[in-house]
Amino acid sequence: MFLRDIGVIPGATADGAAGLEKASLTNFSPIVGRRGFLGGSGVLVLGLTLAGCNTYVEPDVDADQFDLADPGKSPLTELAQGDATPGMWIAIEEDGAVKITCHRSEMGQQVWTSMAQIIADELEADWDSVSIVQAEGHERYGDQNTDGSRSVRYNFHRLRVAGAAMRHMLTDAAALYWQVEPGDCTADAGLIRNDKSGETLSYGNLAELAAKLPVPAEDAITLKEPDEWRFIGKEVPSLTIPMITRGEGQFGIDVDVPDMVYAVIARPPQVFGRTGKVDDAKALAVPGVLQTVSLPDPTPPALYQPMGGVAVIAKDTWAAIQGRRALEVSWRDGPNASYDSDSYGEALKETSRRKGTVQRSRGDVSAGMAKAAKTVTAEYYAPHLTQSPMEPPSGTARWTDDTLECWGCVQDPQETRNVLSQVLGVDKEKITVKPTWLGGAFGRKSKPDFMIEAAMLAKEVGKPVKVTWTREDDVRHGFYHAVSAQRMEAGLDESGRCTSYLHRTTFPSISSTFANGVTSPSAGELGLGATDVPFDVANLKVESGEAKGHVRTGWLRSVCNVFHAFAVQSFAGEMAHAAGRDQKDYLLDLIGEDRIIDPTAEGAEYGNYGGSPEEYPIETARLKAVLNKAAEMANWGRDLPEGHGLGIAVHRSFLAYVATVVEAKVSLEGDLSIPGVWVAIDAGTVINPRHVRAQMEGGTIYGLSNALYGSITAKNGAIVQDNFPSWRLMKMAEAPRAFEVEVIASNKPPAGVGEPGTPPAGPALANAIFAASGTRIRTLPMIGPDGTRLPLADTNDTDVA
Amino acid sequence: MAITLKINGETKEIDAAPGTPLLWVLRDHLKMTGTKFGCGVAQCGACTVHVDGTPTRSCVLPHDALDGSEITTIEGLKGGAADAVRDAWIEDNVPQCGYCQSGQIMAATALLNENSEPSDEDIDAAMTNLCRCGTYMSIRRAIKKAASNA
Repeated sequence: MFLRDIGVIPGATADGAAGLEKASLTNFSPIVGRRGFLGGSGVLVLGLTLAGCNTYVEPDVDADQFDLADPGKSPLTELAQGDATPGMWIAIEEDGAVKITCHRSEMGQQVWTSMAQIIADELEADWDSVSIVQAEGHERYGDQNTDGSRSVRYNFHRLRVAGAAMRHMLTDAAALYWQVEPGDCTADAGLIRNDKSGETLSYGNLAELAAKLPVPAEDAITLKEPDEWRFIGKEVPSLTIPMITRGEGQFGIDVDVPDMVYAVIARPPQVFGRTGKVDDAKALAVPGVLQTVSLPDPTPPALYQPMGGVAVIAKDTWAAIQGRRALEVSWRDGPNASYDSDSYGEALKETSRRKGTVQRSRGDVSAGMAKAAKTVTAEYYAPHLTQSPMEPPSGTARWTDDTLECWGCVQDPQETRNVLSQVLGVDKEKITVKPTWLGGAFGRKSKPDFMIEAAMLAKEVGKPVKVTWTREDDVRHGFYHAVSAQRMEAGLDESGRCTSYLHRTTFPSISSTFANGVTSPSAGELGLGATDVPFDVANLKVESGEAKGHVRTGWLRSVCNVFHAFAVQSFAGEMAHAAGRDQKDYLLDLIGEDRIIDPTAEGAEYGNYGGSPEEYPIETARLKAVLNKAAEMANWGRDLPEGHGLGIAVHRSFLAYVATVVEAKVSLEGDLSIPGVWVAIDAGTVINPRHVRAQMEGGTIYGLSNALYGSITAKNGAIVQDNFPSWRLMKMAEAPRAFEVEVIASNKPPAGVGEPGTPPAGPALANAIFAASGTRIRTLPMIGPDGTRLPLADTNDTDVA
Repeated sequence: MAITLKINGETKEIDAAPGTPLLWVLRDHLKMTGTKFGCGVAQCGACTVHVDGTPTRSCVLPHDALDGSEITTIEGLKGGAADAVRDAWIEDNVPQCGYCQSGQIMAATALLNENSEPSDEDIDAAMTNLCRCGTYMSIRRAIKKAASNA
């Protein structure tokens, strides 16, 4: 028989397929010459895998790899979401192993597993055969910036198409082999079944033949119906967690390449401070220290440049740390030498008391306030924070002649590659950036400065270099969450209903890190919880103030949503109190009727997280649904013991809707504990509910920890905090005892999950503390690094006139 | 000045500078990177190993003070409690990024080795390791599950 003659099914074990002899492939007009899979070039075997090894494994250069530079003949390169060429995403080996390429960075959000679920579902793979290959940074993959809670929504459709395309090709291959119609073949858990004969062939058997077949066009591909999904929406076992429990897997700090030396860097205490006199004699006397290297002083804007300083190169990390301790450097002041975050914070508050730039306006707020029966005013302040992933930044670089390889915990390997190319003046084609696992990231590892440091040092030293940031480096030399002041004013009518609402927000923009002279927030930042406010009030105005940046300002999990939601949702609680009403009922009324909010209709420039307003409108019905659900879960309105209170907050961010109820227990002295938290999320279509629950727990703890303890301050331009616990994180004993999450079932398009849990946590806690104690906390952190109790005496009641 | 250490039942010859903490001997010299660096000041617990069965923060522990001690790392952690902890960690999807979890597992296993039915207060007292991903609730649930399965 025709196909048996050509014998392209190595290792086949199914009936009739074993023992085939090699023959000509000429009848097939193969689109690839090499063994391998689809789309113009093969990807049967990728040599680099992180699985099961603690040290970096050199890529097997002889193995076929998907050629990212070869566009091939795939008709799937230009889907709306990018390239869905199946060979780029999937390799099937002869033994049936399915290797799925993950182009997003794994940092705890379980993206390895969720990306694999999407592909494996449409592929009809056997889950036990699936493993992951981490993609290097390359534009062919499309967006790789693992940031903004968008891995699933940016890739859901195209990865389904990729998986389905390969299923079609495997099915076609089996049909050719059996000489039946593809419609007579069914893909099922890594096998194709001949529905007429009952015979089966494994994907491994079919791989090489399928590789010779053309990639189908999108309109020839049938995607599965949601009720046929086996992995999407299911609690599929994690691909990373078993490795984690054995101490396996490779983080950036774990990278080890032959002949590598270790570096730590003494950086100027101020941003744009400069390196003065250096005496490295004592550093060089430390056993194991090899040399020191001065890095160039950076010039504004900061961008992703290294911040200069002096590197100590040593035989191990400890020697480098000791060498740095012994190093004598005099630092010279730069333009931020006078930065004092306390006085700066006062200036932000002053700014927010004055009229700012109108960013969204409805009705006439001044006239509405003048007619109000009551006015409510409150000011909220939140300090700088640092992302503080448990793995501090770490990057490793190796030069071979003029080519550069880098490994590290980067959220955006493509941008890392671009920046390396720009800073080092090397053609991008000569740079490879390979993400490892990220030991947490939270926005810090979107900034690849540590990789640039490694590449610069490796070039200077002439050996591979691993740069490790100590915790002190991470705390003192970060890209900080903006310090902010929010002023809220409201006018209430006789019934307590809000008729006028004014929100003024003032904070240094992230844009100030990337361009000189920026003092205004971007529309994108304002759209994170300020200009997208969903309240149904007759008169509404959102204004912004001017603020100059004095440290590197950067993204931190959910970004400006943190302080905007803290102010807006705390203030909703304050209005409810002024109106003498229940927080939850008042909030429901503030949100109002079911409708779609369009901030642009009221003058706002609004980006909606990159989602189209048609696909991802702001729906008040969904906000109210999660609010009601969380309240129901918490048994809102129940009798509480003395000193207990419930607080609620609801917030849409990253296109997802999250409501949080916190129960606080506050003693008369201010001792706080959190007996319970209840969270409801509507994130549209969900790939794995376990992942969503974990992100709600984690996002909430992140928000609670920062609100209670997080504070980065600066004096004379230098960050005051240095390590745990002056930079303090919540611990087990302080974490909520009970925690329940409900994921709302939805077939709407997938929304973000990694960040939306964070914004409502802080205000729900503040509202709970108020309910428990009568104290309204408007200044963060609530307890701080040194405190043990809430400052009950230092705060005031709602300012109602 | 090479000294020998007994790690996971094997004798290892170490040639590191005097006073080098065990953490860096494990990670940089022995390439056993399952034990993590988080703070260097014994605050976060990412570097937790067992020294003669006791959970110990290896980032401030000079390796040359450990002559004669039995050192166990995540790579060599074995036994009924360890198995129960790992199983519970996997069943409950405890880790997120995983970076602190070697230390969390070392601490949880030591707790269960000492106390087969830990109360919430026992868990609070024993589990002082930091987790920025916020897996504390999952860890608490998994410790209880491991205790009932051990």
